[in-house]
Amino acid sequence: MRVGVVTFPGSLDDRDAQRAIRLAGAEPVALWHGEHDLHGVDALVLPGGFSYGDYLRAGAIASLSPIMAEVIDAANKGMPVLGICNGFQMLTEAHLLGGGLIRNDHGSFVCRDQRLRVENTATDWTSGFEAGQEITIPLKNGEGGFIAAADTLERLEGEGRVVVRYVGVNPNGSLNDIAGITNARGNVVGLMPHPEHAVEPGFGPDTADAMRSGVDGLTFFTSVIQRVLATA
Amino acid sequence: MPTIVVEVMPKAELLDPQGKAVAGALGRLGKTRFTSVRLGKRFEITVAGHVDDAVLAEIQDLADTVLSNSVIEDVVGIHVLEAPAGETH
Repeated sequence: MRVGVVTFPGSLDDRDAQRAIRLAGAEPVALWHGEHDLHGVDALVLPGGFSYGDYLRAGAIASLSPIMAEVIDAANKGMPVLGICNGFQMLTEAHLLGGGLIRNDHGSFVCRDQRLRVENTATDWTSGFEAGQEITIPLKNGEGGFIAAADTLERLEGEGRVVVRYVGVNPNGSLNDIAGITNARGNVVGLMPHPEHAVEPGFGPDTADAMRSGVDGLTFFTSVIQRVLATA
Repeated sequence: MPTIVVEVMPKAELLDPQGKAVAGALGRLGKTRFTSVRLGKRFEITVAGHVDDAVLAEIQDLADTVLSNSVIEDVVGIHVLEAPAGETH
């Protein structure tokens, strides 16, 4: 089981994503934005960061990268694709996911351990969660406000395609407290919070049990491994 | 060489936290007669050769697909600059 992580100019969390994949039990494969080669991976992660300095719009220039032609093609054929933060922004810019991300409504960058409710456990990346399970993973963004046209929002809600929703605090003004969504097929998931930063005891969010012991993010990566192995 | 200007604005005030931040600063300066600010983008695109309908159609397409995101923004103007900025003769 090999999971590719695409590095773009300005990616920050590509190595964290690789580490999460390794800890989940798969082999991470470093991919480069300027190539047209997915190196035969079984799944893909578009990592967080500030590709191209967020110039033009967050994720917009990266979504036009050479490798995105292969990413879009693979996603449309059913390959699991996870976009985290800047990767989520790229997926909306590439029209693999609906809606868009705009600057936080309060105008400030936000960095916090964020409580979320997993609302869709049918996707390739969330099948290991219980429906309605509440998890805590880090969130850090300046442009994380999810918005969509009224009809798009209605369709996302009606089809159960909201994957994770903010609980307690809406940190960025996202409509309907939406933190992450999926496509109709459930193989493409994008979310603003960072599951790859909550995968190893000692380095995750605080929990009631112990400081920095939170590993709720790991399930995103173990879910996709189980899904790919089940369909292989 | 001719220059084509493309102007892009956020769709609504809701989608323009930057404009609201600037408006807040004006208020703090006591400029109370200016009640709102909307902040958009202006692209100046230099063209090799003449601007004809085909070039303008190509720019319209780029404006809709690359320079703006129709989910959050509108292309509000495309025009050819008569005297390109910064160009001397």
